[in-house]
Amino acid sequence: MASANRSLNRYFDINGWFFVAPAALLIAIFMVYPILQTLWMSFQTGKGMMTQFGGLANIKRLFDDPMFMLALYNTMIFFIVQVPVMLTLALFLAALLDNPNLKFRGVIRTAIFLPCVSSLVAYSVLFKSMFVQDGLINSTLLALHVTNQPIPWMTDPFWARVLIIIAITWRWTGYNMIFFLAALQNIDKSIYEASRIDGVPSWGRFFYLTVPMLKPVILFTTVTSTIGTLQLFDEVRNIMTSDAGSAAGPSNSALTLSVYIYNLTFKFVPSFGYAATVSYVIVLAVALLAVIQFYALREKD
Amino acid sequence: MDRLTRTLSSVFTYAFLGIMAFLSIFPFIWMILGATNTSIDIVKGKVGIGSALMDNIRAFAAAVDVPLIFWNSIKIALLSTALTLIVASLAGYGFEVFRSKYRERVYSAILLTLMVPFAALMIPLFIMMGKLGLIDTHWAVILPTLGSAFVIFYFRQSTKAFPSELRDAARVDGLKEWQIFLLIYVPVMRSTYAAAFIIVFMASWNNYLWPLIVLQSNEMKTITLVVSSMASAYYPDFGAVMVSAILATLPTLVVFFVMQRQFVQGMIGSIK
Repeated sequence: MASANRSLNRYFDINGWFFVAPAALLIAIFMVYPILQTLWMSFQTGKGMMTQFGGLANIKRLFDDPMFMLALYNTMIFFIVQVPVMLTLALFLAALLDNPNLKFRGVIRTAIFLPCVSSLVAYSVLFKSMFVQDGLINSTLLALHVTNQPIPWMTDPFWARVLIIIAITWRWTGYNMIFFLAALQNIDKSIYEASRIDGVPSWGRFFYLTVPMLKPVILFTTVTSTIGTLQLFDEVRNIMTSDAGSAAGPSNSALTLSVYIYNLTFKFVPSFGYAATVSYVIVLAVALLAVIQFYALREKD
Repeated sequence: MDRLTRTLSSVFTYAFLGIMAFLSIFPFIWMILGATNTSIDIVKGKVGIGSALMDNIRAFAAAVDVPLIFWNSIKIALLSTALTLIVASLAGYGFEVFRSKYRERVYSAILLTLMVPFAALMIPLFIMMGKLGLIDTHWAVILPTLGSAFVIFYFRQSTKAFPSELRDAARVDGLKEWQIFLLIYVPVMRSTYAAAFIIVFMASWNNYLWPLIVLQSNEMKTITLVVSSMASAYYPDFGAVMVSAILATLPTLVVFFVMQRQFVQGMIGSIK
């Protein structure tokens, strides 16, 4: 009896490995091996294939590299400004759309969601064409008297960053809104009844009842948005760079870590070891921020 | 007074949502109008239908082999998606149905790869593809995307809803485990496959950085790469760029409108 049981267990175990093996193998080859290889490379110095062990030389180089510092600064600015703006907007839109009496609800929801169906490159190109100096956006802003001179979206460092933030926010707000909307629709509405009777105003209900209940979804969207923003590449390359050079926006004001790694590897004389070190900065930043966000937003039981 | 506030807040709600909806769809309208306008009109911000559509299509067709580029994108996206779904559904099913201490550890490790940024993989992957002689082939684009932790996670979560009675009954009937998967699980989980299909297809269709690195000759390039290189010319022909952008957006847009429900369900299902 015991041996029959053991052979049954063995049968299940073999089947289990059979089912998960292809995925585990692919991930081992194309994820685990490269990430370890990158770690090893980050201790190598030299150009192209001529490398030698350099210890912590690459890490020292990071601190003396103004281009890296700029890329890190820009990436952090995009992260610190864009993620909260987008998630607040997404949450606000979801709260408005959660009203079942709202007319055209489905149409509005689909419209706001639509940007996340577009390809990153295609929408970046559209934004590039709309934000040119004498283009659509500037002439509209001038006609509406929002500004009395054209905004230098492509030539001023500050406005170049604003443009990138506007672009990413356009692309991803609807995506995050769908998650909030789904979570809101799972909330039992009778909770609100009690607080309404107690005379809690609607903004109070939102901040003290709705937001705490949405914590898991807020955590999920914050972490995924953080990972996405720290890897920012497609938009910067397609809005801010031209074939002629490797500069990302005016004075490299939109240079992100991913763009810098790409330039180090494929645009300049390849410096694989140093590029690997820079990429580990993103790995550490993602891990660190995910842990912080997890602790800040976890359920306090 | 109360009624006035309520009216005001409802006016504000509709106005705000209306503006947001308009801003969300405007770039799509701009893209379609742009395809009919000359590059000069586009850069000047003309909103309206022009008469340059045929010229723009001709300019685009003169710059690249359009059917070939479109076929490259379709081929890569469909192959990647089909193989990813096979690998990920097997794994999701395996992790959920045959539980063991060691497989749970493997699963945790797989989930951890969700946080790995692609930039930290691309140099070794590029060197690896060089050693395998796959640079400038479509397999170089497809292979590294097949082991998707996100899709495995999605299938495992969905498998929780797969009734274990079905499995037990099949076992009593003497079906092998792979037969249960193929003959019972796959048909029952149709809608899970549909949602995963959309998500993976879109990701693959829109993939940019990795194809940019490994696809070098013009005949191998995808539509996404073509849009990017046309727009990054020193003096881009925005009319032709708009036509290319429409072509790059159309398949995902069609997939979205045909399968909107499964798409939203799929996205939400992944966080439950």
